[in-house]
Amino acid sequence: MTSPSPTGSPADVPVCETVSLVRRFGRRRAVAGVDLRIHAGECLALFGPNGAGKTTLLRLLAGLLRPTSGEVRLLGRTLTSHSAVERGRVGLISHQSMLYDVLTVAENVAFAARLHGVRDVAGATTMALDRLGLRGRELTPVRALSRGWQQRVSIARAIVHDPALVLLDEPYTGLDVSGARALTELLRSLRDGGAALALVTHSVEEGLTLATHAAIVLDGQIRRRDLTAGLDPVLYAASYRDLALESAA
Amino acid sequence: MSELQPPGTMAVALMIARKDLAIEYRTRSAFFSSLVFSLLGVSIFYMVWDPTAVRPIDMAPGVLWTIFAFAGMLGLHRAFGLELQTRAMDGLLLAPVPREAIFLGKALSNLVYVSAVLAVTIPAVVLFYNLEFGSGLLILGGIGILAAVGLVTVGTLFSSMTVHTRFAELLLPMLALPFFIPVVVPAAQASAKLLVGAELRTVMPWIQVLVAFDLMFGVACVLAFPFTIED
Repeated sequence: MTSPSPTGSPADVPVCETVSLVRRFGRRRAVAGVDLRIHAGECLALFGPNGAGKTTLLRLLAGLLRPTSGEVRLLGRTLTSHSAVERGRVGLISHQSMLYDVLTVAENVAFAARLHGVRDVAGATTMALDRLGLRGRELTPVRALSRGWQQRVSIARAIVHDPALVLLDEPYTGLDVSGARALTELLRSLRDGGAALALVTHSVEEGLTLATHAAIVLDGQIRRRDLTAGLDPVLYAASYRDLALESAA
Repeated sequence: MSELQPPGTMAVALMIARKDLAIEYRTRSAFFSSLVFSLLGVSIFYMVWDPTAVRPIDMAPGVLWTIFAFAGMLGLHRAFGLELQTRAMDGLLLAPVPREAIFLGKALSNLVYVSAVLAVTIPAVVLFYNLEFGSGLLILGGIGILAAVGLVTVGTLFSSMTVHTRFAELLLPMLALPFFIPVVVPAAQASAKLLVGAELRTVMPWIQVLVAFDLMFGVACVLAFPFTIED
């Protein structure tokens, strides 16, 4: 019998899987036939230039966009517009904060916890705030925080329900050195705790710090995929740059 | 792993409504603009009114419900507008909750907001036109609630449909106002009868029209809402 993973699914079932995933916007194919698998405890870094389809891919994985064709499976189940429970196991950190700026830090995080049905809302909120170094700012309205601190709140909101799949779209944007370090540590602990991570970033160095797998996305397709163990970041960055330039040409 | 117990539809609706009302309470932007609009509207209608040509009991119901429809409209756009500023809507859509619960939550907060505007507008109209409702005032309050339910169910759905468009604030009234006619007409007719001291049974047909509208459009809007938020 397969032992269950911390995500609650059998260990050999990927937390997230896509099969021939395609998404069109009009005549343009933003995602053009992507197949990927992310297991519990893995972190996939997706590198690619602007417009490569990375954000669209993350929104498809979150179930916020419907595929034109192909499918997304979360915890072994195909994601449809009715997959509320599966969607609830996703944590999304996007370009925008997804916060209510009039509400306080604690209210925003607690609201997300309640929506996801966390039983101990106060405990989970405190823990998420602690992990992001937000203690002491609980009662501050979000609009009174700098961009970097808002990003921390946004991350606390996304992880308060202990998601099985964490999708991160340029999560380091706006963070200072200590914020970036705290985020890296947090993501590492989530990954080591059994969560699956998909990290979209332009920075090869940041991505490879955490990732167990790396992929380069160009024109909606995965053009190269690697295990990061033993990967030389400098050579990989050069290879990424060459592929991106070749695609742009 | 945290223990998760996805909340029920009504629990989510109340959560969302409470959150929206907390935001409105702290900003007071939509409520005050609607309030000022409705008081200005009542004043303008009063100033252009010729009491020798039209009796107050003929004028007042039309004024009340016309202003109610337009003042209510002012706040409806905000229901989904505030979810759009930072893409907070994505957070709602990712939660393990039925889409219908999001609609119910938004409609509930809009209902409280529209009822609050109505609670000020009715006394203002009574005062300006020196009306005598007597015990009919309670029935008028009930009619107000029924009319508010109709207005917010349709208005919330159209707010969701138009919020992503470039001309949302223009498009919302254009789409929603025709649907407000079946709300405004029975409410105005029932109020006019109450003003002349008619008994409840003579007002009942208009109340039944409002109840029928609320039930029909309530169900239709809840069912239609998930399609308005699909990508």
